[in-house]
Amino acid sequence: MKKNLAFAVIATLLAGIGAARAAPVVLTIESWRNDDLSIWRDKIIPAFEKAHPNIKVRFAPTAPAEYNAVINSKLDAGTAGDLIACRPFDVPLRHFEKKQILSVNDIKGMDNFTATAKTAWSTDDGKTTFCVPVAAVIHGFMYNKDAFAKLGITPPTTVDQFFAVLDKIKKDGKYVPLDIGTKDAWEASQLAYQNIAPAYYKGEAGRKALIAGSAKLTDAQFVEPMRTIARWKPYLVDGYQAQTYPDSQNIFTLGRAAIYPAGSWEIAGFAKQARFKIGAFPPPVVKAGDKCYINDHPDIGLGVNARTKNLAQAKLFLEFVASPQFATLYTNAVPGFFSLQKTVVNVQDPLAREYAGWRANCDSTPRLTHQIVSRGTPNLEDDLWIKAAGVMNGTITPPAAMGQLQKGLDSWYKPAK
Amino acid sequence: MSNTAVMSASPAAARPARRPVRWHIAVFLAPAVLVYSAIMVLPLGATLRLAFFKSVDLQTRYAALANFHTLFGDERWSYHFWNALLNNAYFFLIHMVLMVPLAILLAALLSLPHLRGSALYRTAIFMPTMLSFVIVAFVWRLILSPIWGITPDLLDALGLGSLFAPYLGKEEYALTALGLISVWKELGVPMILMYSAMLAIPHEVIEAAEVDGIVGVRQFLKIKLPLLWPTVGVVTILTFVSNFNSFDLIYTAQGVSAGPNYSTDILGTLLYRTFFGAQFQSGDPHMGSVIATMMFLIILAVVCVYLYFIQRRLVRYQF
Amino acid sequence: MQLLRKTVAARAGAHGILMLVSLMALTPIVLIVVNAFKSREAIFSTPLALPTQETLALDGFRAVLLESSFMSYFANSMIVTLSALAGTILFGAMAAFALSEYRFRLNSAIGLFFVAGLMIPIRLGTIGILDLMVRADLVNTRSALILVYIAQGLPVAIFVLTEFMRTLSGDLKNAARVDGMSEYAIFFWLVLPLLRPAMVSVAVFTMIPIWNDLWFPLILAPSEETKTITLGSQVFLGQYVTDWNAVLSALTLSIVPILALYLVFSKGLIRGITSGGVK
Repeated sequence: MKKNLAFAVIATLLAGIGAARAAPVVLTIESWRNDDLSIWRDKIIPAFEKAHPNIKVRFAPTAPAEYNAVINSKLDAGTAGDLIACRPFDVPLRHFEKKQILSVNDIKGMDNFTATAKTAWSTDDGKTTFCVPVAAVIHGFMYNKDAFAKLGITPPTTVDQFFAVLDKIKKDGKYVPLDIGTKDAWEASQLAYQNIAPAYYKGEAGRKALIAGSAKLTDAQFVEPMRTIARWKPYLVDGYQAQTYPDSQNIFTLGRAAIYPAGSWEIAGFAKQARFKIGAFPPPVVKAGDKCYINDHPDIGLGVNARTKNLAQAKLFLEFVASPQFATLYTNAVPGFFSLQKTVVNVQDPLAREYAGWRANCDSTPRLTHQIVSRGTPNLEDDLWIKAAGVMNGTITPPAAMGQLQKGLDSWYKPAK
Repeated sequence: MSNTAVMSASPAAARPARRPVRWHIAVFLAPAVLVYSAIMVLPLGATLRLAFFKSVDLQTRYAALANFHTLFGDERWSYHFWNALLNNAYFFLIHMVLMVPLAILLAALLSLPHLRGSALYRTAIFMPTMLSFVIVAFVWRLILSPIWGITPDLLDALGLGSLFAPYLGKEEYALTALGLISVWKELGVPMILMYSAMLAIPHEVIEAAEVDGIVGVRQFLKIKLPLLWPTVGVVTILTFVSNFNSFDLIYTAQGVSAGPNYSTDILGTLLYRTFFGAQFQSGDPHMGSVIATMMFLIILAVVCVYLYFIQRRLVRYQF
Repeated sequence: MQLLRKTVAARAGAHGILMLVSLMALTPIVLIVVNAFKSREAIFSTPLALPTQETLALDGFRAVLLESSFMSYFANSMIVTLSALAGTILFGAMAAFALSEYRFRLNSAIGLFFVAGLMIPIRLGTIGILDLMVRADLVNTRSALILVYIAQGLPVAIFVLTEFMRTLSGDLKNAARVDGMSEYAIFFWLVLPLLRPAMVSVAVFTMIPIWNDLWFPLILAPSEETKTITLGSQVFLGQYVTDWNAVLSALTLSIVPILALYLVFSKGLIRGITSGGVK
């Protein structure tokens, strides 16, 4: 009896050791996209694992609020996963400079991306890229089609039409005209100011001028959009100062609001939650006939941890990410996140198709504050959150806000002449 | 309390020429000292050391007191520091004025003899303390939300509708609202400490008082309360330290920038934001360490004052 | 007669105050629990209403219990919390005994050494702690968390227990010494049992920050096998998409264990006091 038991134990141990030797490599992906967990697990990773049976991939996201602090700690201590999701522009640049992530110049398929697509994840001289671009998001306005139909409104194209529409909705009283809050502050910067401002500072022209130092935030082209969002106040929910981002989402999807400043990332979630048809329109132009501009922002990239123990396998995964197969898979699995590859992807979701369609007529520009001008202390993006929220709350005037922002920028930023 | 005089109590024992090494003291202290030093003190020491260095072009250079000059000299840094410090003081004031007296009152009521349901009350009042800050922030944001309408409706029913405002979103009210929420959450611990202390008062003392005709409120004020001062002292200092180190509630309720517009910024959130970075701001461990050092010095000063002036004077009764 | 009326009125007043405070303490929690059982629309349209037949929705609980490894997170939280508690109380009581009982040259210095730990949030040393754990090969283990929480809890435990031990009578201990009992025996058999009320107090308010802590599990032990409940519930808080039903369900479920732990410990508190242990 005992002898049999001993044999059984030894056999199990040997089997265990044997299995361990043939164990597949496990790659871990760090990300802030809790939202995408099931999509990676069920759609994207199986596609990769089918082609590479000896590699297993685990998508292990961290709550978005904690991600930056956590990934910094992990990279400093060397405990981060093999693949790192990259925020755009300066955050991963710092990691690259500290030699915590590697260059991806040698990944097969990097020429699938245009130089513009790679700007968010390349060094200033453009020579070295350190994250494979994954997706961009587009900003605009979503609206409740049923509400518009009931009130006989068509989507506005100019700023004056925009306010006329808001007035009409407010007079009717049934719907909240404009659904945005200031408690979380980032919407005031990214969904309000940086959404409509490109129309005033003419997209890339204005953004590059700011970086070069030939334009200042106190110039009219940057102050005007602040004045415009200050005019939004009477059309917001009563008590919007305590309205959080999830509140805004709920108000819209429960059918209580007519217009919702929205990034394309909302598409997937809203499709599930809203009981009405959703339409979208791009940010209004200042004067009829002006060229339209959209905030088309590279949002997610994927880089490789310099201290990974599975470099070869990690690179294989990055090749997969740079492939057209991934582009199609991702764009349609996560509608609203548009691939940055040159490959033309057939976007299936109608609302996503509408957003993507704006690229044809409007000029794209990434968010104003993300490249270079947020490298120092105080960084312009975080500062803009506070000031834009303040303008919408009425606690600071637009010229004062822009003045303080420029002062903060001047305290450390010396544009290369 | 010392006991080394025990030896002299035994009459005919010859006093040893040299006191034997009291190994047991070291043994008792060893585990705590080891774990504490290795995990708390050494890493913290390494961090505080950072305050005296600067990062220039990815190289760390010794900078003596330069960072401290920046903290107090530079307009922005200085503004944030003093803003946070004042907010901390205000936050602490709310706790002292509301929480400590309430804790004493509740503990006194709960320790009334033969109070039915005492255990139930205790558990109920302690429940908020058991919650994680995620829940607390979530539920209070919901209750105070002007959109989902619980507080406005409640205030309307009481005829106080005009008092309502989106508290957590307004610079004037946010910190007070958070202070009250914090008191709601933290009330349990001082209450239990005071309750334990009250139960520790022996019956003989109470009986003696009652024989003398001292009952009720008078009994509480003249007999029980003086015996409780050491515990009140402990509660005060623990509240102070906990407030000065607090961070989680404001972080989960208002975000890392302690909005609106830094009106709820306390030293804990300022430290976190500086040290670990905010959304796009990269962390600056050197300036963060400076703030940590200042926090350490402030709390050290206050605790020293407490220990040497107040604690020593507290009469500790032994029964 | 007057005294009786006064007493009845006083009692009614006492109950009134206690009931009001209890209500204020419990209502928000009840709100969460009730809404965890409702559909998303119902949560936001009628937050105060109880779930009715139409609005009852158990999707949240399903997502939490079936789709995530809730039971494993729960086990991890229990193991880490109880082990850290045991370590904190044992080491803390030992150190407090040494500090309150004996006079020796380093007494005040060591006392101050521990009290200093009250003043700085242990999170500041995160990089150093992570470094240490990496070198000791303890990353992604529960032991790393347990050690950190013991270090975190020692200052408060020692502070409170030292205070408490100073009120204990010296006569009993001296008598035991005369009888030839060793210091260790005195500590374990005489002093430790007398500490129960204070020990339970320390236990109750040390375990809560450990149970609810998000930071250290996130940095030191984020692997699936070692995730704690608080960390595990975060998976429902996305960047833009929040699964409200799941979040509320996760929050509701996470209250249950800590409430149970509290009830276990608070019973000990009563027993310790009423059995005359204090005297």
